[in-house]
Amino acid sequence: MNTILILEQMLNGLQFGLMLFLLAAGLTLVFGIMDMINLAHGSLYMVGAYLIASIAQATGSFWLGLGVGIVGTAIFGMLVEMTVLRRLYQRDHVSQVLGTFAILLMCNEGVRMIWGSQPLSLNPPAALAGPVELVTGFYYPAYRLFIISVGLLVAGLLYVLIAHTRVGMQVRAGAANREMAMAMGTNVQRLFTAVFGVGAALCAVAGGMLGPLLAVQVGMGESILILAFVVIVIGGIGSIRGALLGALLVGIVDTAGRTMIPPSLGYLVGPEAASNAGPAVASILIYVLMAAVLFFKPRGLFPTHG
Amino acid sequence: MQTQNTSVPSLLDHSLQLRWSLPVLALLAALPVLASLAGDTFYVGLATRILIFALAATSLNLILGFGGMVSFGHAAFVGLGAYTVAILMQNGMVSAWVAWPVAMVVSAAFALLIGWVSLRTQGVYFIMITLAFAQMLYYLVVSLKAYGGDDGMSLAGRSSLGLGIDLGEDTHFYYVTLAILVAAMVLITRLLNARFGHVLQAIRENEVRMTAIGFPVFRYKLVAFTLAGALAGLAGALLANQGSFVSPALMQWSQSGMLMIMVILGGVGHLYGGVLGAIVFLLLEEVLSHYTIHWQLGLGAVLLGVVLLAPNGLTSLLRRKGAAA
Repeated sequence: MNTILILEQMLNGLQFGLMLFLLAAGLTLVFGIMDMINLAHGSLYMVGAYLIASIAQATGSFWLGLGVGIVGTAIFGMLVEMTVLRRLYQRDHVSQVLGTFAILLMCNEGVRMIWGSQPLSLNPPAALAGPVELVTGFYYPAYRLFIISVGLLVAGLLYVLIAHTRVGMQVRAGAANREMAMAMGTNVQRLFTAVFGVGAALCAVAGGMLGPLLAVQVGMGESILILAFVVIVIGGIGSIRGALLGALLVGIVDTAGRTMIPPSLGYLVGPEAASNAGPAVASILIYVLMAAVLFFKPRGLFPTHG
Repeated sequence: MQTQNTSVPSLLDHSLQLRWSLPVLALLAALPVLASLAGDTFYVGLATRILIFALAATSLNLILGFGGMVSFGHAAFVGLGAYTVAILMQNGMVSAWVAWPVAMVVSAAFALLIGWVSLRTQGVYFIMITLAFAQMLYYLVVSLKAYGGDDGMSLAGRSSLGLGIDLGEDTHFYYVTLAILVAAMVLITRLLNARFGHVLQAIRENEVRMTAIGFPVFRYKLVAFTLAGALAGLAGALLANQGSFVSPALMQWSQSGMLMIMVILGGVGHLYGGVLGAIVFLLLEEVLSHYTIHWQLGLGAVLLGVVLLAPNGLTSLLRRKGAAA
């Protein structure tokens, strides 16, 4: 019974971590290559989830919604990049924070104007609705397994794209030394737009995957954005490998903390105090993790620059 | 050929600009009278809120603008100050002379501790680690069920100041807040123009060089960070008093973001950057929300316009106009 619980929590942690990775991958590339703090990254996740949910509702097909939503979000991301963000690359972090915060506000309000403030519901495809028996006596929702496989697939694709293609080489060169990459003839402007589009598409994938599990609502981007920032800071900014490791760490620590801490606190301070403080202590855990990582490795686990 | 004129202050000196700050101060002092003449005392409450946020934003500007430390967790210190006042009041301590200084000391103590760890990191990592600590404190407060937890707690009333001043009276509270803000501005100006402020600004410009010259850079930054924490704690004490209510929402990361936006909007590293930013931001919020429920769209558009058109905040617009004249 106990091993099953632990196994289930590990899988949940893995699933959450992989979705965080999809968000963090785009964020870390934008951050690493363009040296740009993008607070509006969470908004792309929200826009993606809304597009997918509304198309899926209108057509009745989850898959159609997912496909069209991902493409739509990528186009939206590239449009934002070409119209506004491009002007902010050369500016300091402080202006970028203000500019992308403005975009975040406008996206939130725009979504509220188009879809209203009621949360949308997104149902998982019928084929994946039931549980699957993984080992005898251990049932796990098929949809969560599907999320894990999508996450692993995208992570693998990203690895191939970054490590084994010409574009990926330019991306890595850009992350390590932007000026040098430009001097070597990389069309940085087009590369930036492409990276932004890919980042937006990854956001939409995460939004579509998590939509059926969490609520599709205004403000959904902000809470997960902070987690994605935690992930890329732990991993080292600009590093895809770091983002993956950081995302899995955060996903598993957060999920495990939520299940393990309240009962173990119970032994220490009594069940009533534990049920009060438990959830808060569990939420603190990932920030303690991040502070500890930065204390010992001030540039994250896999520093890319320099 | 350039000539050095001794009467021209150096780049590191900041003037209170009495030529236009005194008239503004006079206007602020007359505001309750004007409001009561107009029969609308609502504006006194709004103005008090703006002044409190001006104090909080100015304290952030001290480290962000003059020390180059982009702290993304400043609301935590505001919240700590607010909660200190609230908890003391629940335990029967209503005197402002005790509660407000204690709020500053508590916030300063936490700032000292957080700064001691965070200031080892640089750049973006500093932004994120301050955020991490602020989030820890946020969840800590959420877990304090004895003090309202997630729902927050109401205060029995406002602190008592004595001296014939009744803080429960909105006008009195407004003048006390205004006096504190003015005192803080004067103190910060004196501090920036003193040796400490010059060293701090020099560290912002070139940390490596200052280390090489032999300044204890870490200690200077830590002192500035702690001071800013204390001022934020005072702002928090005022905020708790104004609404007679505290809740964890005071410490949310979006609040830290908002303080940062105010500073950037007003002008990073300008003496009045925080004040101007708080005034413009909160007035915009007030005016836009008056006209449309979709005010955030307008606010976003204005902020974006400021970023694209006034790269160094609103004070840079004023300055450019001054330079052209």
